[in-house]
Amino acid sequence: MTLATELSAPPSARLAIDKVSKWFETARGRVQALDEVSLQVAEGEFVCLVGPSGCGKSTLLNMIAGLEMPGRGSVVAAGQPVRGPSRERMMMFQESALFPWLDAFGNVMFGLKRKPGLSDRERKEVAEYYLKLVGLEKFMHANIHELSGGMKQRVALARALAPNPRVLLMDEPFAALDAMTREQLYGDLQRIWTQRHVTIVFVTHNVREAVCLGDRVMLFSPHPGRIREEFRITLTRPRDINSVEVAGYATRITRALKDYMEHGAGI
Amino acid sequence: MKRFLTAALFFVLLIAAWHWVYVRRIWSPVLVPSPESVARYLWETVRDGSLWSSTVVTMKRLLAGYFIGLLAGVPLGFLTARIRALRDTLGVLALGLQGLPSVCWVPLALLWFGQTEGAMLFVVVMGTLWSVILATETGVRNVNPIYIRAARTMGSTGVHTWVHVMLPASLPFIVSGMKQGWAFAWRSLMAAEIYVTILTGFGLGHLLHYGRELNAMEQVVAIMLVIVLIGLLADKILFSPFERFLHRRWGTEK
Repeated sequence: MTLATELSAPPSARLAIDKVSKWFETARGRVQALDEVSLQVAEGEFVCLVGPSGCGKSTLLNMIAGLEMPGRGSVVAAGQPVRGPSRERMMMFQESALFPWLDAFGNVMFGLKRKPGLSDRERKEVAEYYLKLVGLEKFMHANIHELSGGMKQRVALARALAPNPRVLLMDEPFAALDAMTREQLYGDLQRIWTQRHVTIVFVTHNVREAVCLGDRVMLFSPHPGRIREEFRITLTRPRDINSVEVAGYATRITRALKDYMEHGAGI
Repeated sequence: MKRFLTAALFFVLLIAAWHWVYVRRIWSPVLVPSPESVARYLWETVRDGSLWSSTVVTMKRLLAGYFIGLLAGVPLGFLTARIRALRDTLGVLALGLQGLPSVCWVPLALLWFGQTEGAMLFVVVMGTLWSVILATETGVRNVNPIYIRAARTMGSTGVHTWVHVMLPASLPFIVSGMKQGWAFAWRSLMAAEIYVTILTGFGLGHLLHYGRELNAMEQVVAIMLVIVLIGLLADKILFSPFERFLHRRWGTEK
């Protein structure tokens, strides 16, 4: 494998989630997190899952990642049933989950070192490429605690992209950041997605964020988690979260969300 | 530099005060020897090599026992953290035995091993092991589960996760356990050496003991000084690099 093929975008993957249900055992007994959720994600599509807490959107993301297994139903990625975690589907978490015992570069190298077929030199170049892509070439050897929240999430993004996954799963990655930093990252993420064209499933409870980023927004309702409605966002990119068009979509989705919350379980 | 000067000044004053107490004959010179006599004892024993050979004997026992304790303790700590049955058995045993002052192992070691190096080694291992097991267990149980999940998505499994995620993530706890284990091992070895004569090697504790037998107070004080110095050096050589690394990486330095 050469560096060029390693850095070129791989064919992004299709995801097929078919009638997935999931239950958890809790102190209060058995709780259903998801009820027959079905979702198709096309190659290179950017899909956002929104909904209030308890709607199972993170659980669904974990199942696509292979960190959890569906109770019933199936998750298929690029034609293969998901049986466990894989470098093809990388995950980014709300807390950066960066390893404090490694520097920024070491964190990006962690996944690369587990990837066979690359020389050490190539791994190093790949890591440098991605740290540059997220604009952190000056902070390659910074300790994690020295980085701001936004920079940490950039390193986490570089770390997730470095093994060249076909699917990127993002679990509220910007929720803990301040508004200014978030807006920068919306821009960066759209730019990187356009460049790499990886399939992205993005979980958030911020409706505007979902409209700003997604090709489609899936609205979830809780107890148990179900997909209620689907919104296709046809705005041109790059999108600005403060634009009137984004606000227009967001208002519609928020209204729908409120309806489901108010008339809730009855529907 | 200023800090060094402050420290140097402090110790010079301390020795001066000691000298003054000696010159004024406040206590009998048999009980409070002069700084000069202590220095002379140190100089002579360094020159004839006896101080060095005793230090080597003691350090060999200490390091051998300590590293055995460490090599056994860290994996056992991992296992007790991960396996509930072990936590309820070995974990409880470790907690109990860690509370036992390690000098209490000396009589048992003597009955089991006789006056041999084996007894010394056993005492040092017992001093180290339980602290290291407990600290490692606490460290592993405090590893943020999100690290494990992140590592799994990056293709880390089994032994790789243990070595490259759990171990470094619990390092702050393990290092403090290592320090505690070292302190316990050092104390228990000194107790054992003062308590028991072993013909295969004459350690610092024995020199201390014979200083008392001979009423040679300068020997007692000199050996105590050497023991203090070894403690300080161990801290600087064995643990400071780890702690500097932890402070720098985790950003815990004040």
